[in-house]
Amino acid sequence: MQFFIEVLVGGLLSGVMYALVALGFVLIYKASGVFNFAQGAMVFFAALTFVGFQEVLPGWLGMEADSSIVFWLAFLLAFLAMIVLGVATERIVLRPLVNQPHITLFMATIGLTYVIEGIAQMTWGATVRGLDLGIVDEPIAWLMDNYEIGVSKFDLFAAGVAASLVALLALLFQYTKVGRALRAVADDHQAALSIGIPLQTIWRVVWAVAGFVALVAGMIWGARNGVQFALTFTALKALPVLILGGFTSVPGAIVGGLIIGASEKLAEVYVGPFVGGGIEGWFPYMLALAFLLVRPEGLFGEKHIDRV
Amino acid sequence: MKLKQTVLLGAAMAGLLASSVTSAAEEQFIGLPSYRVGPYAAGGVGIFGGWIDYMQLINERDGGVNGVKLTWEECETEYNNARGVECYERLKKKGSTGNTLFQPVSTGITYSVLEKVAQDKIPMVTIGYGRTDAADGRVFPWVFPMITTYWSQASAIVNYMGQKEGGMDKLKGKKIGLLYHDSAYGKESHAIMDKLAAKHGFEVIKIAVAHPGNEQQSQWLQIRQAKPDYVVLWGWGVMNPTAIKAAAKTGYPREKLIGVWWSGAEEDTVPAGAAAKGFVAAGFNVAGANYPVVADIKKHVYGKDKGNMEDKSRIGSVYYNRGVVHGIITVEGIRKAQEKFGKGKSLTGEQMRWGLENLNLDDARLKALGATGFMPPLKITCADHEGPGKVKFQQWDGTQWKAITDWVESDRPLVRGMIEESAAAYAKEKGIKPRDCSKES
Repeated sequence: MQFFIEVLVGGLLSGVMYALVALGFVLIYKASGVFNFAQGAMVFFAALTFVGFQEVLPGWLGMEADSSIVFWLAFLLAFLAMIVLGVATERIVLRPLVNQPHITLFMATIGLTYVIEGIAQMTWGATVRGLDLGIVDEPIAWLMDNYEIGVSKFDLFAAGVAASLVALLALLFQYTKVGRALRAVADDHQAALSIGIPLQTIWRVVWAVAGFVALVAGMIWGARNGVQFALTFTALKALPVLILGGFTSVPGAIVGGLIIGASEKLAEVYVGPFVGGGIEGWFPYMLALAFLLVRPEGLFGEKHIDRV
Repeated sequence: MKLKQTVLLGAAMAGLLASSVTSAAEEQFIGLPSYRVGPYAAGGVGIFGGWIDYMQLINERDGGVNGVKLTWEECETEYNNARGVECYERLKKKGSTGNTLFQPVSTGITYSVLEKVAQDKIPMVTIGYGRTDAADGRVFPWVFPMITTYWSQASAIVNYMGQKEGGMDKLKGKKIGLLYHDSAYGKESHAIMDKLAAKHGFEVIKIAVAHPGNEQQSQWLQIRQAKPDYVVLWGWGVMNPTAIKAAAKTGYPREKLIGVWWSGAEEDTVPAGAAAKGFVAAGFNVAGANYPVVADIKKHVYGKDKGNMEDKSRIGSVYYNRGVVHGIITVEGIRKAQEKFGKGKSLTGEQMRWGLENLNLDDARLKALGATGFMPPLKITCADHEGPGKVKFQQWDGTQWKAITDWVESDRPLVRGMIEESAAAYAKEKGIKPRDCSKES
């Protein structure tokens, strides 16, 4: 039983990590109705820019590399870089495509992925970097000593960060003018424009917020596995999370993440050995596929009804 | 007078023409299917940087191989099979004698061009990757999986464990976890580990990690439950630092976690931070810049600002030095072939193949190259395209790799038997008649 609980808790915490990446997708989908294929690349770009600045700032400022000033300045500069990226995306990619079918915008984000990946590696190089956030990735001693259950301090920290982000974003969407405008834009670009909502500003805001979420997700994943190109793969786990939680729901990303995380870990441990193992790569997609048959809009997604 | 001028002018022009023909012939072209962008760029930058730097060293310091200047061109594959094939086709006719050597640095690309290289008569060198049974040169005359293969490596790792336990007989009853990348590359370990387990009486616990391997919680919970005496990390890319960190999280001792050569570079340990201290990995080349060959590169190549590495701190890293090994084998293959086909002449692919098949980098030659201890001595024959099958074990001390063993042998009779068996099956399937090596000169 202890082992089962450990697998379950570990899976839930992993799911929170997936949800962190899924949040970025939700934001952009809510604002533009587009599945942003470039979200994984944005996570990579943000984290690489952060560690890149961490490397160069001590030389520029004559400070110690582990100084907290360097850390926060690097964070700020990386966030600024994400804002610039968001504004540039709106100006160069999205603005010419206003009122185009969603599939056109989706295709544009595929192209954007390669551009972002290329710029990131061209600017900061391809070297794999470590990232230390000062949170030790080791089990909580009390739980381990008393119940023999290993729950990582780092995973709990990541869960706390994700919960805070979700709370912030939920507030943004539900209770602010920008949030309402975001939802209006997502429903219909033309209608939103006709009532005076500045579409371009809204898109810039939402891409900047998605950039911030990508930065946080990139830092957490980067601290766990290193800042490297593989950060782009985190997007692979976000897709089934979105299908389950719904593309338009911030809380849905978290719930979807928890379901995917827990189920894939349980499946890997209890079903994996009978089918050769390594099933957590495809299991979430199978689950998402099955879910699509029952509830295509996801758990918290908006049900789309067309008048015929 | 006019006649004399005409004769002189004609002679001068003939001389110019002759010298231009000679200079065109005094080049040896090497096509490089590199990957400097994309998911595996971190490794590619080091490998291709070291390789190019070594060829540049030969040009700068020695004026080429017996006067034959080395020329090269990179073609970006992004480690993608389709692009790799495209690069192969694009490069094969470049240079005065075409591309005389193809080293894909990718198992996938190796398989994709396996039959093409035989048709085009271009030797393919696959150092530390590719098809293991291609070590049987009778069946695969155009493929050279040099230095060591995956099967030799697995066997050497088990021999290392035996050494640590105080004898191979002490492995009886032990449990060895095999944490492998769930791909053809990862599964290459299964057959040999099963054979070794049967021979030495240990149990193999195979645990797959789905690509890319950035989540391994469930695998490490299984390892914690099974309590293996050692875990072999047969990983690639992000799977490696994730495994090392997960090992630390579950309290598994890092000195009992033994990585393969695609798990044992700075790119695998640096991201894992303090968790990587004590981690051990096999390698067919060592890390370190304090070898004469690397010192020469710094002096003659970087001293003239002709180095390939933007980040000079990576000179001497595992991947960089692996690239230097690729360079050494390329150059020594050319040198050997020139001994037979004419010093100072450009070679064809067929001539290059002879050079590779007769390559003998013994201790004396490695010393002359400034590479003693840098890579194992290597002797290739018509039947044996692998060579020594030895690896050295290095341990990460928190900041750098340090060699902790000499070159460790594999179980040669067992591995060679498996290679011949597998190659014979391939030959039967493809209708290939194995060469009679006694008739080769």
